[in-house]
Amino acid sequence: MRFLTFIKKEFYHILRDRRTLLILFGMPIAQILLFGFALTNEVKNAQLAVWDQASDTQSQKLVQALAASQYFELSHQIKSEQELEPMFSSGEAGLIALIPPALDDQLAHDHEAKIQLIADASNPNIATTLVNYASAIIRTHSNTASLQQAPPYQIGVETRMLYNPQQNDAYNFVPGVMAMVLMLVSAMMTSIAIVREKEMGTMEVLLVSPMKPIQIILAKAVPYLVLSLVNVITILLLSVYVLDVPINGSIPLLVGEAIVFIITSLSLGLLISSVTESQQTAMLISMMGLMLPTILFSGFLFPIENMPVPLQVISNAIPAKWFYLIVKGVMIKGLSFAGIWKETLILGGMTLFLLTVSLAKFKIRLA
Amino acid sequence: MKDIVIKTHKLTKKFGDFVATNEVTFEVERGEIFGFLGANGAGKTTAMKMLSGLLRPSYGEAMVAGFDVYKETEKIKRNIGYMSQKFSLYEDLTVEENIRFYGGIYGLSNRQIKEKSTALLERLNLMRDAKTLVASLPLGWKQKLSFSIAIQHEPTIVFLDEPTGGVDPVTRRQFWDMIYEAAASGITVFVTTHYMDEAEYCNRVSIMVDGVIEALDSPAGLKTRFNAHDMDEVFHQLARGAKRGE
Repeated sequence: MRFLTFIKKEFYHILRDRRTLLILFGMPIAQILLFGFALTNEVKNAQLAVWDQASDTQSQKLVQALAASQYFELSHQIKSEQELEPMFSSGEAGLIALIPPALDDQLAHDHEAKIQLIADASNPNIATTLVNYASAIIRTHSNTASLQQAPPYQIGVETRMLYNPQQNDAYNFVPGVMAMVLMLVSAMMTSIAIVREKEMGTMEVLLVSPMKPIQIILAKAVPYLVLSLVNVITILLLSVYVLDVPINGSIPLLVGEAIVFIITSLSLGLLISSVTESQQTAMLISMMGLMLPTILFSGFLFPIENMPVPLQVISNAIPAKWFYLIVKGVMIKGLSFAGIWKETLILGGMTLFLLTVSLAKFKIRLA
Repeated sequence: MKDIVIKTHKLTKKFGDFVATNEVTFEVERGEIFGFLGANGAGKTTAMKMLSGLLRPSYGEAMVAGFDVYKETEKIKRNIGYMSQKFSLYEDLTVEENIRFYGGIYGLSNRQIKEKSTALLERLNLMRDAKTLVASLPLGWKQKLSFSIAIQHEPTIVFLDEPTGGVDPVTRRQFWDMIYEAAASGITVFVTTHYMDEAEYCNRVSIMVDGVIEALDSPAGLKTRFNAHDMDEVFHQLARGAKRGE
């Protein structure tokens, strides 16, 4: 009864503060859409110019295949070498495909031909992406087209896109954004909510009341646990229906793991609230102390393998890294619990440790 | 026979080498308005925290509402009310929601809360503002509401920590009327204040200097003893020797 009264009060606080609501519900949606659409290396509808020196059956089929893909839009057919460079300098094309003369004959006699791809490498990332896309399309075309003999085209294409054949960036972002949002909502919002009571002087009144400190803390945490779960579901729905990222593994397992991570974050929030006296400080510590490491070390923006060894070691201490691995494993690779038990064990251990420390710290503060 | 509700004996709290409250001994009777005075840093807040079960004493004894401050803090908490200078209300909750919330955490039943809140709103003439957010109430009203909420579970003792800070004199008078009313109904009022005119309203006053109770008597008694016109003079004579302070 007491407990329910308290939780009801927390919901009043949350629902009546527009800023809180905005962060709670606006942020996950904004983040997912931002990472999914704006901050992406993916290229769609790139301008493609073709210099078809052959102009025969095979070359036309190839050009059609390129133009039909969602990544390219056939913008120009060029006829001479002089036209090549202006294409790039004027920005009219991002990629030029050069088809050698007499493609039909070459394929018939030599069983191989080379298509030259020229990319505007002033943005190397985009250039690489475009070349990869084009190579993939050409290779697929050559395999499926009626060129039954051994691979007729020899185009060196290296792909390591085991789980992400379209190189869909959202596959990486969704688990990362999930870790970030949960960290922010659970840790920052909870610590602010607790510190606000301290600032207002109401914490004293609560502590003098018959409510036990542990009840106060739990009542503060429960609403954020619930709202974080709502966020998990929002993010999952957005990724499936808006970003086309499938959930390959078990949803209950995913939600269960999310709960573990939410508890980790809540403990961190509690820890922050017991060492700070003002809402601003709590916010700052959450941002610098939790958000930044989450973004840097979870591995979703910057691959951990590429970091210097000391940073790689540090990354192991970041709970978000393990959660990121778990979500990626379950959601993208479709792993079952057997595939992620190690990460879960580490995350669970961290959670238990943080929870114990933060509760002990809260009690000490009272004494 | 006297009905004692607070009784301390050499109650002490040390923080490292610093003795915040030094062997404080006093008694407070039921229904008394007990003024607890002292400059900032004199040890008032520490003493009050020990009595309300928030802080464990270093040594010494204390009984509050018949319960031991070491072993029975839970029972103490159920039998006291508390109001701080910050009014203890939630600004983003309505008047009614605040009443319900505090009633709820003190374990009142739904029926009790309903009866109490109606009576409380009527007494404060706040019926029409029941659904108003506390943030939009004038300061004086907030303070009266805060006090009423602090005693709605009918505690044995109510602790008021500088309850009238920053409030105009007229509202302070009204507030003291409420304190008298509560005391008349048998609630003991333990109040700290900076205003010496308020000290005059108390039945008895203790003045703390550097962690020690330097004087404890009725306002009239203190004035006679220090040959002073008012409590302000008494306080300054005592506080002059203070080494601690802001």
